[in-house]
Amino acid sequence: MTGVLVDTTVNGDAVQFACPTDETLLDSLRDRVGLTGVKEGCGTGDCGACSITLDGQLVCSCLVLGVEANGSEIGTVEGLADSESLHPLQEQFINHAALQCGICTPGFLVAAKALLDKNKDPSEEQIRYALAGNLCRCTGYDKIVRAVQAAAKDLRKKKK
Amino acid sequence: MTHDQSFTNQKFKVVGTRVNRPDGVDKVTGRAKYGADATAPGQLVGLFLRSPHAHARIKKIDTSKAEKLKGVKAVITSADLPDHTNGALLDKLTNCMARDRVLYDGHAVAAVAAIDRQTAKKALKLIKVSYEVLPHVTDVDEAMKPGAPIVQPGTKTRGVDPKPTKDSNVAGVSTFGHGDLDAGFKEADVIIEKSYKTEQTHQGYIEPHACLASVGPDGSGELWVTTQGHYTYRTDCAALLGMDLAKLKVTSSEIGGGFGGKTHVWIEPIALALSRKANRPVKAVMTREEVFKASGPTCSTSMDIKIGVKKDGTITAGSAHIRYQDGAFPFIWGQLGAMTAFACYDLKNVQAVGYDVLVNRPKVAAYRAPSAPMAAFGVESTMDLLAEAIGMDPVELRIKNAAKEGTKASYGPTYGPIGIGPTLEAAKNHPHMKTKLKKNQGRGMACGFWFNFGGQTCTDINIGSDGTVNLSLGTVDVGGSRASMSLICAEELGIPYEQVKANVADTSSLGHNDTTEGSRGTFSSGMATIFAAREAIEELKNRAAQMWDIPVEEIEWIDGEARAVGQQHDNLPPLTLKEIAAKAAGTGGPIAGHNEVVADGAGVSFASHICDVEVDPETGGTKVVRYTVIQDAGKAIHPDYVEGQFQGGAAQGIGWALNEEYIYGEDGTLQNAGFLDYRIPVCSDLPFIDTQILEIPNPNHPYGIRGVGETSIVPPLAAIGNAVSNAAGVRMTHVPMSPPRILKAIEDAGA
Amino acid sequence: MQVSLTGGLRSAANGAETIDIEAETIRELMNKLLEAYPDMQDHMDPGIAVSIDGEIYRDSPAKKIPPNSEVFLLPRLQGG
Ligand code: FES
Ligand code: FES
Repeated sequence: MTGVLVDTTVNGDAVQFACPTDETLLDSLRDRVGLTGVKEGCGTGDCGACSITLDGQLVCSCLVLGVEANGSEIGTVEGLADSESLHPLQEQFINHAALQCGICTPGFLVAAKALLDKNKDPSEEQIRYALAGNLCRCTGYDKIVRAVQAAAKDLRKKKK
Repeated sequence: MTHDQSFTNQKFKVVGTRVNRPDGVDKVTGRAKYGADATAPGQLVGLFLRSPHAHARIKKIDTSKAEKLKGVKAVITSADLPDHTNGALLDKLTNCMARDRVLYDGHAVAAVAAIDRQTAKKALKLIKVSYEVLPHVTDVDEAMKPGAPIVQPGTKTRGVDPKPTKDSNVAGVSTFGHGDLDAGFKEADVIIEKSYKTEQTHQGYIEPHACLASVGPDGSGELWVTTQGHYTYRTDCAALLGMDLAKLKVTSSEIGGGFGGKTHVWIEPIALALSRKANRPVKAVMTREEVFKASGPTCSTSMDIKIGVKKDGTITAGSAHIRYQDGAFPFIWGQLGAMTAFACYDLKNVQAVGYDVLVNRPKVAAYRAPSAPMAAFGVESTMDLLAEAIGMDPVELRIKNAAKEGTKASYGPTYGPIGIGPTLEAAKNHPHMKTKLKKNQGRGMACGFWFNFGGQTCTDINIGSDGTVNLSLGTVDVGGSRASMSLICAEELGIPYEQVKANVADTSSLGHNDTTEGSRGTFSSGMATIFAAREAIEELKNRAAQMWDIPVEEIEWIDGEARAVGQQHDNLPPLTLKEIAAKAAGTGGPIAGHNEVVADGAGVSFASHICDVEVDPETGGTKVVRYTVIQDAGKAIHPDYVEGQFQGGAAQGIGWALNEEYIYGEDGTLQNAGFLDYRIPVCSDLPFIDTQILEIPNPNHPYGIRGVGETSIVPPLAAIGNAVSNAAGVRMTHVPMSPPRILKAIEDAGA
Repeated sequence: MQVSLTGGLRSAANGAETIDIEAETIRELMNKLLEAYPDMQDHMDPGIAVSIDGEIYRDSPAKKIPPNSEVFLLPRLQGG
């Protein structure tokens, strides 16, 4: 392998990895950093299972090259909970049975967090459009939307 | 030990509550391990070379250059895969790796294992295949015409008299029904005859097929794989590779959706063969394009439906000719369609003829209530036309003709207690039915049927010294079943839900379990769990008897504790499960319960769906504005996950009805093998999906459980079809009802 | 005992809709069926299910068939 050394911060920790120049960040995160919570559903930017934040921006990690992440801050599902407790989104996804198979869940959580970071009180429609880049084949989205609504409420209460 | 399977109508303490699932935390933190998430030391990357042609003879495959590439550890073609099954599984083997001919675009012709993906990709480019392209056929009606290219030479139509002598793409014809059609149609006041078409769709699970295979020179191996049936995968892989069953351990990973598509082996036997040849672990993961092209989507269909009715709404006769394409390998999908077509109704004269047709498309696999949604589209659309023709409310027409206990089903047998009538009544009375529609909106409803079944099941319960309980299941958890099974186990033992931990056992730890298909998970593993728990209770009572030194007959198990009965034992305080477990070492060792059962008698299930859509007459685009699912669950063990099944099935059906389809080009290749062009519903496409769970107990299950996983996909094609037709003012007969098709229908009607 | 045939099974029995077979279990029924109609083998391979009084059995060869019950032979079902 002819690799390039990449320096990043992943979920707050300094992480260094080497990858070929044509490798996606998705593959680097899964195969080199060991974060298999980031999922591949399509590899073409259509399913959102690989959603991460890159310097605070929600992106599909399958559309970013590993080398492009040099000097960036990456956030994945593995970084949502702190050592004390789950993130309210994680809590509410469990409470609302918002996952069946769960393969889409990491992507939805990351995308929903990106939404709630920007918009504390999104309408149902805003939630639906914000999550339209994430495919779920099991749930029909009903319980996912409800879980996000409940988590938004929890977060608003916490802030007060 | 044999157990009584019949319904007992007990009162439940924990069953029916909405507890949190035991695998929830793992799944929201990214810890849960799916098919592609496992690694092994020294693992290689396995990749496949696939046919670019719909139909071609393989003249030669030259792998020599690929084999010489540095870092390539194994190359496999069909030459490495002799048939060890005496023909029994030759179709499966041929589908996994083409032999003399490729039968569809994407059919595998070779596979490589190399030290990394880059090397494996390079190796694929170095394999030279010379093809002689053959004429192909991908449309079901075209394939039935005389002179169509023959997909599988040697195929003679089964089920016709006299036996045919010429090859045909029609693999089988099967007729179901009873009564006298001609007499029935003569009695009718109105007869409607209409033809319908539905396009091919894919289950669309978000997790692609993936596995990690490892076989050593001693003939022992392991397979980590995303599957609905790890035991079936073991049986098939071992047979295809000539391995001993006991020496192949298959572990089912967390599964990222299956819906029938993961009931069948695709890349797994080849990954094992690569591993055996390289003597290294091999990880193989399909790309999304491969999933579309080379796993098992459902059939495209074409059908003619004819139903006659009297002015008072009594159906006098119904006939269906339904043609399903099975892909390149024969199966019974058309037959299943014919069996289900009229199953909702009580008909004196009925006949459904199913055709199974071969085409140059991927081998069809099951997709949630396989074959039923398409036939329901034809029949339920025609029902609405009849209702309109005689001026009757469509729900009333269905209620008038609904099957009930004692009805002779259109596929033969006589029904026991069933739920079609109650779901229809619930639909009629549902508030959804009374809301006003706006401009360009239309309402539709439809019902659906699915058999459900049970099958071989094996379950273990092991009680730890601290009184917590391990429940080992052999059915895969596709959508929360570990929670439901833990509820059942806790209910029987009389302990809190939290005291039970359920896990899915690998093939070396438990006896055979049939694939988790046919909505059988909760029904059959639920049954085995009940009986295993009852066995454990007998043992717990034995241990209590020893601790008290009294005869076991004087002990009862109530609310999670042993109680001594009779006046002479008044002074004995009850022994809890925990107390008994703590003393197990001194009273006979570990306490366990076990059960193996062929769980038959999974009651049939019915659903009625109502939906409102808005059709934009300018663009032909359709928006679902309201959707309601009413279905009989027998007994809902965990209502959240029952609702989830209802909603998920409805959403898949909505996608099928409005958007999803395989598009083949003139050259027989698939044009839209990706989620961009094969568009499944996204969050902003759908409204909240209302659900109503009916509980009409299944007499053949101690808790009254029926399967719930599949029926929910049966009504949507027709429910949406009826709603769109009402909104647009033209009858839609071709699924998916995509914007261009709706526009064309509107234009044709105007012209 | 009268056994009703459905679908493609009829052609294997020369087109008969019902046949008479005396059998106490599903296994015996299958064996006798094959004896009388060797063409049934074609259908046995993908599998035959038996409906007894409306209940469908796929893998219960030992299942007793009660006298006077309604017996149908069906293709072995497949689900998702
Ligand atoms: S894997 Fe990145 S969007 Fe699907
Ligand atoms: S829960 Fe399975 S894809 Fe969303």
